[in-house]
Amino acid sequence: MKKLITMALAFSLVLGLGLVAQAEDYPSEPITYSIPFNPGGQSDLEARRQQPMLEDILGVSVIIQYKPGGGGSVGWAELVRAKPNGYFITGINVPHIVLQPLARGNAGFETEQIKPIAFFQATPIGLAVLKDSQFQTLEDLVEFAKANPGAITAGGSGTWSGHHIANLQLQEKAGIELTYVPHKGAAPSVAAFLGGHVQALWANSNDLYQHRDKIRVLGFGTKEPFEPMPEVPTFEAQGYDLYASIDRGAGAPPGTPDEKIKVLEDAFLKIANDPKIKEQMLNDGFVPLSMGAEESAKYIQEKIEDWKPVVEKFQQ
Amino acid sequence: MFDLAVAGLEHVLVPANLLFLFIGVFAGIVFGALPGLTATMGLALLVPFTFTMAPAAGLIMLAGIYVGAMYGDAVPAILINTPGTPAAIATSFDGFALTQKGMAQHGLVAAAVASCFGSLVANIVLLTAAPPLAEASLKFGPPEYFWLGVFGLTIIATLSTGSVLKGFLAGALGLLLSTIGMAPIGGDVRLTFGFPEMQAGIELIVALIGFFCLPEILESVIGRRQAKYTSKNVKPNFSVVWEVIRDLFKRPVLMFRSAIIGTVVGFAPGAGGNIASMVSYNEACRWDKHPEEFGKGTIKGVAASEAANSAMAPGSLVPLLTLGIPGSPPAAVILGALMLHGMRPGGELFTVHGQVVYAFMMALLLAAFLVTIIGSFGSFVFARIINIPSRFLAPVIIFMTVLGSYAIRNNMLDVWIMLIFGVVGFVSNKLKFHPAPIVLGLILGPFVEEGLVQSMLAGRAAGGVVQYMVFRPISGVLITLSVLSALWPVYAAWKHKRKQRLEGCACDIEEGPKNA
Repeated sequence: MKKLITMALAFSLVLGLGLVAQAEDYPSEPITYSIPFNPGGQSDLEARRQQPMLEDILGVSVIIQYKPGGGGSVGWAELVRAKPNGYFITGINVPHIVLQPLARGNAGFETEQIKPIAFFQATPIGLAVLKDSQFQTLEDLVEFAKANPGAITAGGSGTWSGHHIANLQLQEKAGIELTYVPHKGAAPSVAAFLGGHVQALWANSNDLYQHRDKIRVLGFGTKEPFEPMPEVPTFEAQGYDLYASIDRGAGAPPGTPDEKIKVLEDAFLKIANDPKIKEQMLNDGFVPLSMGAEESAKYIQEKIEDWKPVVEKFQQ
Repeated sequence: MFDLAVAGLEHVLVPANLLFLFIGVFAGIVFGALPGLTATMGLALLVPFTFTMAPAAGLIMLAGIYVGAMYGDAVPAILINTPGTPAAIATSFDGFALTQKGMAQHGLVAAAVASCFGSLVANIVLLTAAPPLAEASLKFGPPEYFWLGVFGLTIIATLSTGSVLKGFLAGALGLLLSTIGMAPIGGDVRLTFGFPEMQAGIELIVALIGFFCLPEILESVIGRRQAKYTSKNVKPNFSVVWEVIRDLFKRPVLMFRSAIIGTVVGFAPGAGGNIASMVSYNEACRWDKHPEEFGKGTIKGVAASEAANSAMAPGSLVPLLTLGIPGSPPAAVILGALMLHGMRPGGELFTVHGQVVYAFMMALLLAAFLVTIIGSFGSFVFARIINIPSRFLAPVIIFMTVLGSYAIRNNMLDVWIMLIFGVVGFVSNKLKFHPAPIVLGLILGPFVEEGLVQSMLAGRAAGGVVQYMVFRPISGVLITLSVLSALWPVYAAWKHKRKQRLEGCACDIEEGPKNA
């Protein structure tokens, strides 16, 4: 019996040491960084920008693979079923990971299952009209929409996306009705907007910034004014507490040990805090973020509480 | 503009940059040729490397990849009936038929020459008339996309001369398959049968491999054509290259029409090479004096498809470089690369970064010539592949198809779907159902659906859906084209019958133009 206990103790010691050793060795194998969208999207480009730096910091190769489909949900369904050994991570996007399980029961994953590592980039969402539009300010648009419910068409990318939910929130907060016309991505929606096929456009800051010569942005869903376009007021400054942005980060499968998350978190944050990277992002119309694992989890939780009532109300 | 173009050319002609261009074209051909790897993926893989390069060098290499891939997809389409990318579906109709006749090299050279020609025409358009054309491309709204989709569906009538009913049944099946997964609008999840992976819908390349490639392999293993993939031993030689080039130069109308169709489809953001090559093939068949040759192995069919899909590439750069709107997925990656180098598409791109942009466009032009050279020489090597006995070739191809189906989305379900489609395709070939209308429905379904629902939303807001959808200039043209296209087979049959009566010959119209 004594022997057995000794053996058990020895065994658990070896196991424990093994675990410690394993954590110290981490990472020792290539890490797969899965992108739940098609190649060439913003998530992909951001990952490609990070890839060489991640390899430098972590000392192992980082393999980018694509798992597109269902607006990202196929990739996240894979993430929550992957082995939690720290060698498989996936790009995560808010609001997608929050809204998909809320809006459809069978998204294949639950928001809470994803273990966030860090958020490194935000793309504020804004509402814009063309330069020659009759609407000079957000107030003009709201007044017109009050008088003519549903007559204003507003384009955007996707259903139950950041754009869609921003539209729903503005409708509710301003007491107006717009006709939201979803498109299959940002590029087609911008094309439809520039061609005059919709009167207003919900778009990400980088797209709005890129087309700034031809358009007038009526508001951004940020707390502070959007740095590259300081002249545009926030929705908040115009009386609507509406905050909308797409946040890009990375997440790990449920059950991934915290030590491993920490290693990855440090690597991502080191890149995010690099002044050169920050400058590049601002030049492209993005807002650099450096949100650690804990803060990210809290942020996601806040968003769930924020959007649940909006989605539930709209679905009835 | 002229001196900028010269300055751009000087950039490209630097030996190091020429080498980058060559590597790019070569890599592009490989990415295009392997089913499951796409031009978009090739470009995305290269983006991190371009950070460390000078902007001009990086863009020159990207140009090489894009142009190379537009040709590369023709190689497997011709040799093993597997379009390397969806843009080469129409290439396989005649290309594979040529291979079966022992004329694989004819097909390969025709594809290379036509790709080069299409690229050249579209590039000249890009260089000279991009800004006004980009403005025009914005006129394409939801109703136009809807009608473009409807026009595309009328091609079914041409694709199924054997039995229009079977063609429409197959087309309807394709449309139904296209609704699997998340709805483009509304976000409802449809027909997934409880598999979360099915939310992604049916991937086009997976369907292509399943419907086009696998039935041919089964045929070569258990069907009529056992032992050899083709009936004849192929001996490539130089006279074929000249013969094909001479033959194509005698058909300027066909070549120009295909190139222009490709360029125009390229402008419209969202419509890709697959639509360009299908429409071009259809028109080539319609206006030819001998439409019965199509589908039985004519270089005219290969040239029509390849000229169009290669012209689409520079065409899709027109809205990209002038407006910052990518006309195709690969163009989206190029946009990303431009932005990462601090170059914002639009007016400023042509002035501030003029040299770099013209270097890029000149690289596209030069890449077109490289494609012809590599393609013509490559044809000597590629064409021999099919001399390998089936018992060796078939397992290799099956291995590649499985790998390709998986690689496209890293999704195991795609492999199963490919295998199921393969068996369905084999059986339906025996029943004389051609898979082309199924794939056409799969391609055009999302277009028609999205265009229709968006038109209904916008039309209701404007006060009338029907007026909104019909009374627009481009819509009018597309509606007219659709009606004419749908009625064409009736007219053709009537003409044929009359000719028959006059000549008293017993031609067989029942036989379809396809290789099934």
